[in-house]
Order: sequence, then C-alpha cells, then structure tokens
Amino acid sequence: MYAQMVDTGLKEVRTADDMPPEERAFQARIDADIKIEPKDWMPEAYRRTLIRQISQHAHSEIVGMLPEGNWVTRAPTLKRKAILMAKIQDEAGHGLYLYSAAETLGISRDQMLADLHAGRAKYSSIFNYPTLTWADIGTIGWLVDGAAIMNQIPLCRCSYGPYARAMVRICKEESFHQRQGYDIMLAMSRGTDEQQAMAKDALARWWWPSLMMFGPSDAASVHSGQSAAWKIKLLSNDELRQRFVDQTVPQADFLGLTVPDPALRWNDETGHYDFGAIDWSEFHNVIKGNGPCNRDRLQARVNAWDEGAWVREAAMAHAEKRAAGAARAVASIQQQGRTA
Amino acid sequence: MTEWPLWEVFIRSQHGLAHKHVGSLHAPDAELAIRNARDVYTRRNEGISIWVVRSADVVASSPGDKEALFEPANSKVYRHPTFFPMPDEVKHI
Repeated sequence: MYAQMVDTGLKEVRTADDMPPEERAFQARIDADIKIEPKDWMPEAYRRTLIRQISQHAHSEIVGMLPEGNWVTRAPTLKRKAILMAKIQDEAGHGLYLYSAAETLGISRDQMLADLHAGRAKYSSIFNYPTLTWADIGTIGWLVDGAAIMNQIPLCRCSYGPYARAMVRICKEESFHQRQGYDIMLAMSRGTDEQQAMAKDALARWWWPSLMMFGPSDAASVHSGQSAAWKIKLLSNDELRQRFVDQTVPQADFLGLTVPDPALRWNDETGHYDFGAIDWSEFHNVIKGNGPCNRDRLQARVNAWDEGAWVREAAMAHAEKRAAGAARAVASIQQQGRTA
Repeated sequence: MTEWPLWEVFIRSQHGLAHKHVGSLHAPDAELAIRNARDVYTRRNEGISIWVVRSADVVASSPGDKEALFEPANSKVYRHPTFFPMPDEVKHI
C-alpha cells in the first residue's frame, strides 16, 4: 500500500507475558478500541513503527505528485487540467496532514525529509513507474487511488488518534480522485481507436504494479502480526488485494478493457476472482531502488528541497525582522509612557 | 537552518458552530499560517473563519492528571436532568 513492508523492529508478536505493566495497560486500551494520543505512554517499538509507517505514507503522497505533474501542461482540455491540478493539490494536502500526524510522535518534519532524501525512508513502489500517455493519468486515479482508498478506509479506525483523524480527512477527499480517473478512462475507452489503444496499454502496464501496492503476500509478511495487534494494520495484504480485484474487474469489464491476467476468472465457490501469481522479484527490485523512475523521483524531491531553501530562509528572516520591529515599537511606546 | 514554527489550525464551519481544531502546519509567521491553512484545510468550503495559534503557546492538561481533573464529575450524576424522575402526569418539564 502507500506504506509497504513497515518494519516493527520486532521478531515476533509481543504477548502479555513479555510486557511490563504499563505496556499491558497500553495493549488493553488498544484492545478496548480506546485511541492512543500523543502524550500517552506508548512502547518505543510502537512509536518507531508508526513514525516509519506514517512518514512512508506521507512521502508517498508527496512523491505521488510527480508522475501526475508530468501531465499538467499536456492535459487534453482546460477542464481536465483544472481537475488534475486540484487532485495534485489534494495529494500535497494529504502529505501535510500525515507529516503533522507523524510529528506528534516526536520526529521533526526536517528529519523525515532528510530520511527520504538520503534514501533511508521509503515511499510506495507504485510511484516509480512512468506516466507515458494521458491514459496513465486515468489509470492512476482509477487503480492507484482505488487501491489507496481500500487500504485507508480501515485505517480511519487505527489505534493512533492523530493518524486516524488524518485518514478520515484523506478518505473524504480520495473518492474524487478515483472517480476523476475512471471518468478519463470512460472517455478514452469510448473514444477513437488510438485513444482506446492507449487505455488498453495503460491498464496493461499499471495492473500488476497496482496489485503489488498491497505489499507481500501474508505468508511473506513478517511484521503484519504485531502491526495488527497494535491496530495500525486492520486488514491483511492479501485480504485487501482480493477486495481490490473483486471490485475492479467488473469496472474494467464495463470499460470494455481486458485485465492482463490469463489466470483471472470468477470462482463461484469462493465468491471471489481467482488471479495469477504476482512477480515479486519485480516488486523487490523496485523497492530496492531499481524501478524505471526511482532515481528521477528522488532527484526531483532533493532538487525541490535544495532549490526552495532560499525561499524558506527568506520567509523566516522576514518574519523575524517584522517581529523585532513590532517589539521595538512596543518598547518605545512603553518608554514614552514612563517619561510622560 | 531551523524549521518554520508549528501552528495549530482552528476552523469555524458554515453553520455557526464554534471554531474546531482541524490540524497543524508550519509557517514562518501568523499571516502565512492563515494563508497556508486556507490551502491545506479549506479546499472544499470547510470554513468561513480561521484561527491559528502557535503550538508552543498551547497549554494542555497531562494524561497523568486525568483522574484528578475528571474523576470528580463522575460522582455528580445529579448534574444531569435524567437524575430526577418526573411523574408521567407532569408535562413540559
């Protein structure tokens, strides 16, 4: 998902016997669905895992603006351009809500960005693929934002208050993203032969990377157990992936597009779609930094940060100068009051 | 250089309710904090008024004081109107 393979730093799920009394009380609150708030006591591993998960999620929102930004100047109409800009602005907002939530755990914004820029923090594998045609923008909204919603709705109920509240805001805004994507796909799949070919090609390229967004299969997902006990992961990777396939295949059918998986078929017994094996070597390769766009994406972020430094410094200098001026004015009025 | 200070953002929605905390953001001064809050927290007509307060200026109760602060109210159930059963015959009360 937007946060994939989040390391808990623990080898196995903590049991009540492992826990000192304060941790037992903490786990009891989580089990009773009481939210954990910033000033409450929490185990260090919970705090560190949440910082990793929330910052990874925030970085994904911010890096996720790059593949879409590629098409702002080339959107086919003014209306589509305005919509795309609104969507990209939302992604920036989502990143900001999430950075704020992570900061309540005691990490600074600058530290999170430094970790991203140095390659110590991850972002979702999905944003390392290129956006080659306008149909890619449609497919991202439809599939990538669709997959994000699937993951984020349960997170609205997660145990950490600031994260849960950020997710509520994000989910309210996210379905606009998915619908605008599907709307682009509707137009293209009913358009000229060339547009239909673009729609087909985009689905062929984005389908498998979208399924990989949910992370490794449950059997290979070593940290999921502890994250589930802490209620910062509410549904398993495979459960979410299956829901996504079940929901999305009929939407592709409606568009008249074929999902690029020869093994895909409806299973009457299970009431779900069966689908083919995912190429996990591709996923791990992208996570390691070797996807088609990893270097470009990170370089774009580092450049934006470095080239914006003078703006951040100038704004702060201006604010300090004005505050100093105001303080001098107050002092001089007080001085006059005393001498009068 | 050091980060821009953190501000807490409060928004009053359309319907005459009190300002409500919606989140936080970084800004160099109050003026830019309001502008950033407009962009981050009111993209869909969420509000008609914004307050920003430096996070460093917020004084909060501590979780450890929860019992001392809030426990005394638990035993004062007579502060709720439902504490007083009214005869069925008595109306409009």
